[in-house]
Amino acid sequence: MAHFEKAKNLNEWLDQRLAINTLKRVLNTEYWIPKDINFLWAMGMVLAATFGILVLSGIFLLMYYKPDTNLAFDSVNYTIMSEVGYGWLWRHIHGVGASIVFLIIYIHMFTGIYYGSYKKGRELIWLSGMALFVAFSAEAFSGYMLPWGQMSYWAGMVITNLFSGGSLEAYGLVEWIRGDYVPGDAFLTRFFMLHVFLIPLVIIGLIVLHFGTLRIPHVNNQEGAEIDFKEAADLWKSGKKKESKVIPFSPVFLSKDVFVMGVYFILFFYLVFYNFNFAMDPVNFDPADGLKTPAHIYPEWYFLWSYEILRPFGKDAGLIAFGIAQLALFFLPFIDRSPNVAPAHKRGLFQVWFWVLLVDMIVLTAMGKLPPTDPTFAWIGLVSAWTFLALGPILFIITMFEKKIEKGA
Amino acid sequence: MQEKEKGRRDFMGMALGACAAVGGVGALYAAKRTWDPLPSVKAAGFTTIDLSGAQENVLVVEKWRGKPIFVLKKSEDMQADDRDIVIGTARYHVSIGLCTHLGCIPAYEKEQHKFKCACHGGEFDASGHQIFGPPPSPLEIPPFKIDGTKLVLGETGPEYQKMLDAGLTV
Repeated sequence: MAHFEKAKNLNEWLDQRLAINTLKRVLNTEYWIPKDINFLWAMGMVLAATFGILVLSGIFLLMYYKPDTNLAFDSVNYTIMSEVGYGWLWRHIHGVGASIVFLIIYIHMFTGIYYGSYKKGRELIWLSGMALFVAFSAEAFSGYMLPWGQMSYWAGMVITNLFSGGSLEAYGLVEWIRGDYVPGDAFLTRFFMLHVFLIPLVIIGLIVLHFGTLRIPHVNNQEGAEIDFKEAADLWKSGKKKESKVIPFSPVFLSKDVFVMGVYFILFFYLVFYNFNFAMDPVNFDPADGLKTPAHIYPEWYFLWSYEILRPFGKDAGLIAFGIAQLALFFLPFIDRSPNVAPAHKRGLFQVWFWVLLVDMIVLTAMGKLPPTDPTFAWIGLVSAWTFLALGPILFIITMFEKKIEKGA
Repeated sequence: MQEKEKGRRDFMGMALGACAAVGGVGALYAAKRTWDPLPSVKAAGFTTIDLSGAQENVLVVEKWRGKPIFVLKKSEDMQADDRDIVIGTARYHVSIGLCTHLGCIPAYEKEQHKFKCACHGGEFDASGHQIFGPPPSPLEIPPFKIDGTKLVLGETGPEYQKMLDAGLTV
């Protein structure tokens, strides 16, 4: 066993046993962040904080929620909303958080795309981030089931039907996933398990991995400049803070993160207290009824773009297009052939591509919300779905011809 | 490393691998079975519907295995179809009332004799054939057995077997 001195204080006592001073250095005070990054880089910490808030509010909801098809609806809409002291607060925080977390995820993703933060050396950051996006999607979907309203039931019906594989008609698989012929008790309890235990566990693991992938390639910066982190860190440590291109994560960069979070939480709690309804679908205030479909089934806003890619095609083609839409963004680091790590506005055609992608996804989102009956909108939906599918090959081609940008010019 | 020792280590490695594989497959099978529908769910999978009270061109919706079942007594002027269930002189269209696209419930439009699904605009005629929109196949016919004027859903009778063999439903 190692030799232990008598510790003078708690910090020293812990340091001898846990090396907390080393940990603090590696994770905080000597984890170097480039100076040249804007508020968009704070979205990671905003997401971590929102996830924390979702976990906390979820714990309070969990204490009164009942995962039983006969009791679930009332346990949410009556017990939690009317009886439990401040139950409404946890529910609104949870509902608003679940919706707004996707807005921040999308901003975080598009920031990464705009600045080329997924490129060589940073592929794992992108891949672990996309895995987190999928895990958050599964978490959101399983949570949406739990109040057992009409939209919960029919969303469960439609999404599990996707697993029949179109013309493969694998209804045995669908019934296995549901544990019943239709979404029922078995379905509700297993989605409850997924929502409160298994998927959160996966998310926490992925967050740790996502942070870990950042440690060696370091975060990107506004100019995509390659920084000699060792040299820059030495400058900072020797007191030449102005000349150094980096700052320590804690406390210097963290103070900026905290400021952005402060602004964000003003918006967040404004929504929680004054505008929570935007995250609540009115159809979900009717109890689930297996013999009545709502007139128009649509998912929450953050899934509308991929739902609209599924919709305008036939059953099999729609399923394939939907699958491609879910997975396409994973391959971004490998489709983009350009040698440049640079913001989109310095990359010529890539900038056009970026804005077309962003606008196309907004158009898909808008069309996905509309009923499918209007032929003009259905046509716009079809065109934008094809546009999305075409953007992958287009990116491959335009980045193949992208010229290397001379740095420092 | 000596030959003898290497052989012994390889054997230990393979024995460990084999035990782990058997245990892993066993655990996977147990996990799969845990997610299967419960026996009580399966046992509740039969429903008897009395057809004698049905009125022509009026859609009756029954429930079987939690799913809506369409029962439509056809009138004289409605076209006969191989998928009709014939009892005496009466013809019935019986199907699972879930659109074969994504599983929403279509509504019956009495005057036009067709089913229309609001979700993605799919349409079916009074015999359940898809006539418009994304549905890839006709409305499905549940397994049935004719028992006088009654229909037992969940049991495969000779009439249903014939439809199945002819590929009229899945």
